[in-house]
Amino acid sequence: MRRSTPFLLAVCTAVAVGVVGCTSDVPGASPSAGPSGAGTGETSKFFVQADHDNELALRTKSATGPADKPWEQALDPKTVETAKYKKAGPYHLCFSNAGVGNPWRQVGFKNMQAEVKLHPEIKTFTVADAESKDDKQISDITDLLGKGCDALIVSPNTTATLTPAVEQACAKVPVIVFDRGVNTKCPVTFINPIGGYAFGATGAEFLVEKVKPKGKILALRILPGVDVLEARWGAAKVVFDKSDLDVVGVEFTDGDAAKTKTIVSNYIQRFGDIDGIWMDAGATAVAAAEAFEDAGKPFPAIVGEDQQDFLKMWQDKKLTAIAPTYPTYQWRTPVIAALKILNGEAVASPWKLPQPTITQDNLGQYVQADMPPLHYAMCGCATLPGYPKDWGGK
Amino acid sequence: MSTDLATPTGSAPAVPSGLGGGGRSGWGPGSIRPVLIILVLLLIAVGIRQPDFYDPPVLLAFLKRAAPLIILAAGQYFVIVAGDFDLSVGSLVTAEVVIAARLIDGDPNATWPVIALLLGFGLLIGLVNGVVTTLLQVPSFITTLGMYLVLVGAVYTWTGGSPRGALSEEFRLFGRRGIDGVPVLGQLPYAVLVLAGVAVLAVLAMRSDFGKVLLAVGDNPRAARVTGARTARVRTIAFLASGLAAAVAAILLGGFGGVSFQVGQGLEFTAITAVVLGGVVLGGGRGSVAGAMLGALTLQTLLTLLNLLGVSGALSSAVQGLIILAAVAVGTLRRRT
Repeated sequence: MRRSTPFLLAVCTAVAVGVVGCTSDVPGASPSAGPSGAGTGETSKFFVQADHDNELALRTKSATGPADKPWEQALDPKTVETAKYKKAGPYHLCFSNAGVGNPWRQVGFKNMQAEVKLHPEIKTFTVADAESKDDKQISDITDLLGKGCDALIVSPNTTATLTPAVEQACAKVPVIVFDRGVNTKCPVTFINPIGGYAFGATGAEFLVEKVKPKGKILALRILPGVDVLEARWGAAKVVFDKSDLDVVGVEFTDGDAAKTKTIVSNYIQRFGDIDGIWMDAGATAVAAAEAFEDAGKPFPAIVGEDQQDFLKMWQDKKLTAIAPTYPTYQWRTPVIAALKILNGEAVASPWKLPQPTITQDNLGQYVQADMPPLHYAMCGCATLPGYPKDWGGK
Repeated sequence: MSTDLATPTGSAPAVPSGLGGGGRSGWGPGSIRPVLIILVLLLIAVGIRQPDFYDPPVLLAFLKRAAPLIILAAGQYFVIVAGDFDLSVGSLVTAEVVIAARLIDGDPNATWPVIALLLGFGLLIGLVNGVVTTLLQVPSFITTLGMYLVLVGAVYTWTGGSPRGALSEEFRLFGRRGIDGVPVLGQLPYAVLVLAGVAVLAVLAMRSDFGKVLLAVGDNPRAARVTGARTARVRTIAFLASGLAAAVAAILLGGFGGVSFQVGQGLEFTAITAVVLGGVVLGGGRGSVAGAMLGALTLQTLLTLLNLLGVSGALSSAVQGLIILAAVAVGTLRRRT
């Protein structure tokens, strides 16, 4: 008995472990149908059809403004008069920043600082960094209003929570909001590129064009619940639903390279091959592509972004790829807008910036071997003072 | 307990020959036989689901992915068999990868100095864990939980919450590449070679006097102390081994995935699950290092099977939890019989 009891238990453990494996097979009974057979899943509550249609239409509009300076261009502009803000210099410009918590914001903030250096009429540039905290940004804005700013630039951390603070600021100084928006029309202008729907659709349309019918697509998202990222996926979902591609999985990566590579490796193992990778942001595109390389599989058609590590890999390994961008040059525009407003010149409101896409044809002009791997190519910063050293380049 | 027939390894367990395991015969606590059976069943199931799994290159790729966990399990084994826990290994792995990226910053020449530094850092964390646990007599559960929090906070503060720097290709070699053109096998991954080295060292360590004392300390600390064993020193060395194993695992994981903030997340529990699955008794004194490593291999095989069956990642943590509960319950029952 002494020996048989443990033996029985051991067998039971083995069976129990086996059962977990067996029973969990039921929901995914047809492996080719993907996780729960759902394909792209349900439409997100963030999806707004009119905004979607508007952004997709904006992609083909031509911009007004100097051709070599996309950060000064505006798409389909409606201008507002700003004569009432006209004021003699020198100016005290203030900026309430949501944070510099990711490489995109780090590159962007450097662009803005360099843009300020171009304008001697800005005597003081005061920046408050909210470190990605709503409550800190609300108190930052109040503090800045007490410092005698002539104009206030705000890059809100979140949309709804920052709205009252921005409204409070509007009553005292001209306010310029960029990147993420606020739920009020009180700022003089709101500056951003076309937006998430256009970004997501451009990548998905590329996959529809390049991947064979019935090809297997894996969609990688950073996390749910962030409006700009929801918009990117929302538009991609519309494109995939209309196509005959098979979306075998939609996974969240947290924007983490190791997690992305593990997920992609698992999908390659499970499905044998994957024909296309769609991503809502390109920071982990290299990790996703590496998973194919390490598994000895051909690279899929892949959607990345304008980060140097991905562009370099695209060029070196001859990937079939596209890079929609959310250009960091938009960080230059608020400074330009603030000076126009203080000068009494009309400005576009909303100010929609062009949102270029990097394709095989223009890839060469964006690969910059001397810049660090996390640098964003679409920075419009090559002519700014301090380039490339201040951006970490050689 | 040392005369228990079902426990061939006993309290002065001569960690027997073969795999260096305690399962030469019998089914008692610490035996590797149950895990071997589970492993074989799982391998058969994976083979049915993915017929090319047994092609040498595919199998080696699987071993390559399993290597970091097996190495971590070996490190965790030393700590657990002496009656302690090391909950800091997951955050230590993350810290090592983040440090490596920041210090190397894409410069190939920095690779080797940074690797040396990483191994040193792993040893240092192990030393602190060991000294606090043994000299200050803080329960290891609390010591290493504290270390876990310290490392998580330090990494976040140092980097501002987003990864900086880059690993060099030379550094990533160990986790990604291998020796090409090996007959039959195709590519022999460096990770598998590192794993083999660690396995041999771990088995040799357990067969040495150190291993015997370690098991005795875990089985009955008071008796071990009475017989003159330097329990504090042996337990501290166990923490050093765990820290070093975490450093090696971090080098492989960083190589595999690149700069990451989450690379080590939850690894401490995965490693403990693996050790328990390998028949090692929580509380110490029973089980072999080969069993712990087989436990890790079994867990990785199970995760592979779950993936092939299309089970999501969330459910795989539930499975891990079930394994810990089942293994501890079974271990308790077996001791009573």
